[in-house]
Amino acid sequence: MTEILVLAEHRRGEFRDVTFEMLTKGRELSQKIDADLTAVLLGHNVKEFAKKLADHAKKVLTVDDARLEDFNAEAYQKVLSHLISERKPLLTLIGHTSFGVDLAPSLATELNVPLATDCINVDFEEKKPIVVRQVYGGKVNVKASLHTSESYIVTLRPATFEVQEVEPLGGEIIEIPSPLKEDIPYKKFVEYYEPPAGEVDITAANILVSVGRGIKDTENMPIVEKLAGALGGALACSRPIVDKGWLPSDRQVGTSGKTVKPKLYLAVGISGAFQHVSGMKNSDLIIAINKDSKAPIFRAADYGVVEDLFKVVPTLTNKILEEKKSSS
Amino acid sequence: MDTIVCVKHVPETAEAEIAVDSSGKGIKTEDLVFDINEWDDYAIEEAVLMKEKLGGSVTVITMGPEDADKTLRKCLAKGADKAIRLTDKAFERSDAYATAKILHKAIKDLPFNLILTGTQASDDGYAQVGVILAELLGIPHATMVKKIESKEEFVRVNRELEGGLEQVMEVKLPAMLAVQTGINEPRYVSIMGIRKAREKELKVLGLGDLGLKEEEVGESGSWITMEEMFIPPVEKEAEILTGGPDEIAAKIVETLKARGLV
Ligand SMILES: Cc1cc2nc3c(=O)[nH]c(=O)nc-3n(C[C@@H](O)[C@H](O)[C@H](O)COP(=O)(O)OP(=O)(O)OC[C@H]3O[C@@H](n4cnc5c(N)ncnc54)[C@H](O)[C@@H]3O)c2cc1C
Ligand SMILES: Cc1cc2nc3c(=O)[nH]c(=O)nc-3n(C[C@H](O)[C@H](O)[C@H](O)COP(=O)(O)OP(=O)(O)OC[C@H]3O[C@@H](n4cnc5c(N)ncnc54)[C@H](O)[C@@H]3O)c2cc1C
Repeated sequence: MTEILVLAEHRRGEFRDVTFEMLTKGRELSQKIDADLTAVLLGHNVKEFAKKLADHAKKVLTVDDARLEDFNAEAYQKVLSHLISERKPLLTLIGHTSFGVDLAPSLATELNVPLATDCINVDFEEKKPIVVRQVYGGKVNVKASLHTSESYIVTLRPATFEVQEVEPLGGEIIEIPSPLKEDIPYKKFVEYYEPPAGEVDITAANILVSVGRGIKDTENMPIVEKLAGALGGALACSRPIVDKGWLPSDRQVGTSGKTVKPKLYLAVGISGAFQHVSGMKNSDLIIAINKDSKAPIFRAADYGVVEDLFKVVPTLTNKILEEKKSSS
Repeated sequence: MDTIVCVKHVPETAEAEIAVDSSGKGIKTEDLVFDINEWDDYAIEEAVLMKEKLGGSVTVITMGPEDADKTLRKCLAKGADKAIRLTDKAFERSDAYATAKILHKAIKDLPFNLILTGTQASDDGYAQVGVILAELLGIPHATMVKKIESKEEFVRVNRELEGGLEQVMEVKLPAMLAVQTGINEPRYVSIMGIRKAREKELKVLGLGDLGLKEEEVGESGSWITMEEMFIPPVEKEAEILTGGPDEIAAKIVETLKARGLV
C-alpha cells in the first residue's frame, strides 16, 4: 500500500501546530491517491503522547529512545533514514521549521530522495508531487515538480494549512524498537536558552506601531517613536531592526519573535515577508504604509498607504495629536 | 581556524518592481541590482571575526556568473584571503542539490575546519545548500546559528528556534554552520577597499576543472524542475487610502476614531 509519512514535531512536551497542519494536508493527499496516512513520533516516554496523534492518522509509529527526547538532527536522521529505507513511503512530510531545516536536506541527500522545501502547497499529478513555493520575499510564486523517484520528501511552511475538524481515524499505535545502536558522536544537545525578557511586553499592547527596514537609519527612529507615543501605543519591529541593534529583540514580531494580536497594528516600511506576517496577521485592524504598491504586506492589511513614510508618518502624528487635543 | 564561506550573489528585490520573463521560469533581472545575499554577509563577517581572533584563513566561494565577482571582491575586501568562482554553461538550471554537488567538488580537497553558509538565500530561499554540502562532505552541521563559540575539538552554537527560544548544541569539527542574521554586525567596506582587494587571488573553475559530468549538474543533476513562475493571485487586498499626506492622515484618523482607537 502506498504510504504518506508525517513527521510529528514536538518541543518540551508539546506538539507544534505544524504537526496537525501536515496531518491535515497529508489526509487530503492520502484520500486523493489512495494512500495510508502514517504519523511518525520520535521521542522519549511518548506512549501517552502518541494517542493524541491517533485521531489524525491511520497508523502512529513511535520510536522511544532517550537520545530522541530533544531534537538532534543527527539522531533524528539516523532513525528516519532507517524507517524510510524500510517502508519506502511515497511521500514524507516534514515541517519547514528550525527542526525541519536542520534535518530534511541531509536526510534527503543520504537517501538520495528528491526534496522540495518551504512549500505552500503540494499535490500529486500521476503519483509525482507538484509543489508551490514563494520566492523573492513573497512577490513571486514557483510551481515545480520533483524528479521521478520511488520516494519524495517535502517540507511544508508552518501556519499555511488550516487544521480542520474531521472524523477521528483511530489510528493504530505501533512501537518500533529504536534503531540507534551506536552513539551520536557528532552533535550533542546541551540545553535550551531563553533570552531574558525586557521592559516592554508588545504582546500586551492594544496599539502597536511596527517599523521595518524602510526606516533606513537609526537616526530616523524618532519618527516612528513619536507616532507610537501619539497613539499611546508601543513600538514593535521587523527582524532587520533587531539584527541591526536599533531595538531590543523582545520588540520583534514574527516566527522567530513574538506573535501579537493588538487592536491596531500599524506597519511602517515593512515588506510583509511570511515570517513577519505570521506573527501579526490576526490583529484586529492592520494598516500598512509602504512605498511599494506590490509589497506583500498589502495582502495582509485592511488599509494601505502607498507613499513615502517620511512624508506620511510625521503628518499622521500631528493629526493624531491635534485630534486628541481637540477631543479632550 | 581555516574557514570556507559559501556566498551567493542575489538580486535586491525588496523595493523593486518584479516581472516574470518570457520563459515563464525566471524574472527579468536587467534592472535589478545584485549584491551579496543578506545572510552571507553575516557568514563572511563571522569568518573574518574568527580569523582575527584565532588566526587561520578565510576562503570565499560562489557558483555564479561573472557579475558575482563583485560579491567575491567585497568579501576579499572584508578580510577573506582567497576567492573561488565556479561557473559553466552546464551549471545553469541547477537547483539546491546540484549547486551543493558543484560546491562539494570544489571544497572537498581544500583544508578547512569550518564551512559557513547563510541560513537561506534571499531570492530562492530553499535553505538547503549548506546542509546538503555537509552531508556530501560527511561532516556534521547546524543551521539557524545565532552564536558560535569555538573550542578545540568542537563548536558550541546557539540555534534559533521559533518564538525566540534557542537550542544550545555542541558540534564536532570539522563542521558546517548555516548562520542566521543578527549573529554579528557586518562591517562596511568602501569602494577603495574593494579596489585594493583586487590584488587578492580570485580563481575561476568550470565543469572540467571540478571533474564533474554534465549529467550530474544542471537540470539533469537536480531534484527539482521548475514548471512555472507566476505573480501570486491576490486573495485579499488592502483598501488603499489615496490623496496627499494630509488627506491620507485625515482618513486614517477617521478610521481610528470610528473604532475608538484615538
Ligand atoms: C529548477 C531550478 C532551476 C534553477 N535555475 C537557475 C538558473 O538557471 N540560474 C540561476 O542563477 N539560478 C537558478 N536556480 C536557482 C538555484 O541555483 C538556487 O540558487 C539553488 O537552488 C540554491 O538554492 P537557494 O539559492 O535557495 O539557496 P539556499 O539553500 O537557500 O542558500 C543557503 C546558503 O547556501 C549558500 N549558497 C546558495 N547558493 C549558492 C551559490 N550559488 N554559490 C555559493 N553558495 C551558495 C549560501 O551560503 C546561502 O546562504 C534554479 C533553481 C531551481 C530549483
Ligand atoms: C528563519 C527565519 C526567521 C525569521 N523570523 C522573522 C521574524 O520573526 N520577524 C521578521 O520580521 N522577519 C523574520 N525573518 C526575516 C524575513 O524573512 C524578512 O527578511 C524581514 O521580515 C524583512 O523585514 P522588513 O520588511 O523590515 O525589510 P524589507 O523586506 O527590506 O522591506 C522594507 C520595506 O520598506 C519599504 N520602504 C523602503 N523605504 C520606504 C519609504 N521611504 N517609505 C515607505 N516604505 C519604504 C520597501 O518598499 C520594503 O517593502 C526571518 C527569516 C528567517 C529565514
